[in-house]
Amino acid sequence: MLIFNYIPIGWSAYLSFFDAQGTVTPDTFVGLDNYADMLTGPFAQSLLTFSVFALFIVPLTFALALGLAVAVNRIRFARAFFRSVFFLPTACSYVVAAMVWKLSLFSGVRFGLANTVLDWFGQDPVAWLSNPDPPWYWVVLVTARLWLQVGFYMILFIAGLQRIPDSLYEAAYVDGAKPGWQVFRHITFPQLRPTSIAVLLLSLIAAYQAFDEFYNLLGTARGYPDFGRPPLVYLYYLALGQTQDYGHGSAGALILALLIALVTLLQGQVLGFGRRD
Amino acid sequence: MRGYSRRGFLGMAGGVTAAGLLAACGSNTGRSSGSGDTIEQWYHAYGEAGVQQAVERYAKAYDKATVHVQWNPGDYDSKIASALAASNGPDVFESTLRVDMVRSKQIVSLDDLLGDARSDFTESVLASHTVDGQVYGIPQSVDMQMLFYRKSMLQKAGLQPPSTVDELIDAAHKLTTNKVKGLFLGNDGGVGVLAGPLLWSAGLDYLTPDNKVGFDDPLAAESVGRLRTLFTSNSLLLGAPADWSDPSAFVQGLTAMQWTGLWTVPAVQKALGDDFGVLPWPALNGAGKASVPFGAYGSMVNAKSKKIDAAKAYVKWLWIERGDYQQDFDLSYGFHIPARKSLAAKADKLKSGPAADAVRFVQDLGKPQNPPPWTAKMQLALSDSLNKIVRSGADATTELKNAAGSVQTELKRLYG
Repeated sequence: MLIFNYIPIGWSAYLSFFDAQGTVTPDTFVGLDNYADMLTGPFAQSLLTFSVFALFIVPLTFALALGLAVAVNRIRFARAFFRSVFFLPTACSYVVAAMVWKLSLFSGVRFGLANTVLDWFGQDPVAWLSNPDPPWYWVVLVTARLWLQVGFYMILFIAGLQRIPDSLYEAAYVDGAKPGWQVFRHITFPQLRPTSIAVLLLSLIAAYQAFDEFYNLLGTARGYPDFGRPPLVYLYYLALGQTQDYGHGSAGALILALLIALVTLLQGQVLGFGRRD
Repeated sequence: MRGYSRRGFLGMAGGVTAAGLLAACGSNTGRSSGSGDTIEQWYHAYGEAGVQQAVERYAKAYDKATVHVQWNPGDYDSKIASALAASNGPDVFESTLRVDMVRSKQIVSLDDLLGDARSDFTESVLASHTVDGQVYGIPQSVDMQMLFYRKSMLQKAGLQPPSTVDELIDAAHKLTTNKVKGLFLGNDGGVGVLAGPLLWSAGLDYLTPDNKVGFDDPLAAESVGRLRTLFTSNSLLLGAPADWSDPSAFVQGLTAMQWTGLWTVPAVQKALGDDFGVLPWPALNGAGKASVPFGAYGSMVNAKSKKIDAAKAYVKWLWIERGDYQQDFDLSYGFHIPARKSLAAKADKLKSGPAADAVRFVQDLGKPQNPPPWTAKMQLALSDSLNKIVRSGADATTELKNAAGSVQTELKRLYG
């Protein structure tokens, strides 16, 4: 832990106060300049974009995962089959999924799957990932991310559902609760509170840590567009690509870590993370 | 017959595995032993079959030291940048030259290796490996980009090959049908690959010769604005399965014209025969010039190497004394232009057709794709600005001014 976690984090914090381009042993102290640069440049725009993305993708992931879990948990036949079908994408590499989305489903040419469907309705092909106006690229990014991660959170919810004792449902029915929405609202959903909080926290952190599918869907050999650029992709180009600017990169990494910690704590505070049931 | 116990079998299998791993960790030059130093040499993974075997063969033929060749698939440029910043980099490696490598003292000058051969290197190519008058890389090969067009499609539309940017826009529009787009500049609309040609076509450059921002100019905004016109004209192919560096879209008839590279000529010839021609990126106006960008990997020596003299001697032997190896490297596997004029002149493959045009373009109109003073950070700033202008419709003057500000900061860091 000391060697692989605390020393690198400490060294990164040290580098963030220096002009450390092309070196990890810098000697030019710049104070908070790197932080100021990061909070006023493209990185700040990237953080803002991905805060909006998090606000959108987290509830969507939550609702879809919960809906699927309830449906799959209720199903009386081929339950294992349906669980596997929805869980299997979790095992798929983000890179491979991005390639399938980019080259097959949402290719911009007329014979891409989505464009073939549009053609049936007499619509012109759409350059899904090339043209940000209108921003159709979000359709590609969001569907890829949902396909890849919803199955994992569904499994968490199924585990939560199976921990709810049958006696609670029986008591509710005895008290006159109607099966369906009423039971879900007053029994199932409250009982899933710890799982729900875990899903919200994990999916929020995952939203800010987006990299693989974004990099492979929107990146080219010659760069990455400013729109739809996650903070980690920007940091990759700044610190780990040819630029090797460890000073600004470290400042950005610490800002991102602090932001995730802050939003997670706030979310936990609102939802009562760690509070006794 | 003697049987094996389970323990004996596992022991033997473990021994064989360990021996295999040790062998895999060793030199892949094929030499059982070598005299003198062992030199670590890195290449990026060339796509053409046979290149890896060829460079290993060259290494094996060197008798002054044992040379260990490492082949690096993936993001080689980032990998070599990280290795140079750390202390575990190779002794000899291939790269394009960036001024920050020199400022950070990561590479050594190779000026003293050139001797009489200096005049045999194409001047602009050697210049792309020179900083402050010192040569830091011995050019190995030259790759370049140009505009490919289908002769038959232009003929059918009654068009001549475009010689100005406006003619190119007009041709792209007229060649577009419901099945074929007029022009393919990459899936990002050419933003990533055409920054240089757009500036050169207006008589500008990334930087001025005295290292000041070269594109904070209304003409730059006008030139980039033309690319925005193309992007919104519905005549650009966008979202093709393969990007601009691959000729698939062109040979499959998805586009009538495509910006791609010299390396695709054999594949295009195989698919289309003589039904194609090549052009430089045209001039925007009288002040500008048609241009082709070229890139040249050069062989460099790591300043942190403990065997600098041995490494320099090997570089001299391989890329200056052994012209036959450079010719083999450039022309026997892929399709590159030798950096040495005498070798380029002898190459039969480059004497006719589009390949000969390409050689002429490089000599007359060639501009380095990544000039040494132009850093990755500057490229990131300009690329962001071009994306905003061309793909999102932002104001060109404002965005280029913002990019100029970032480039100015970087220039101040490098040159004071």
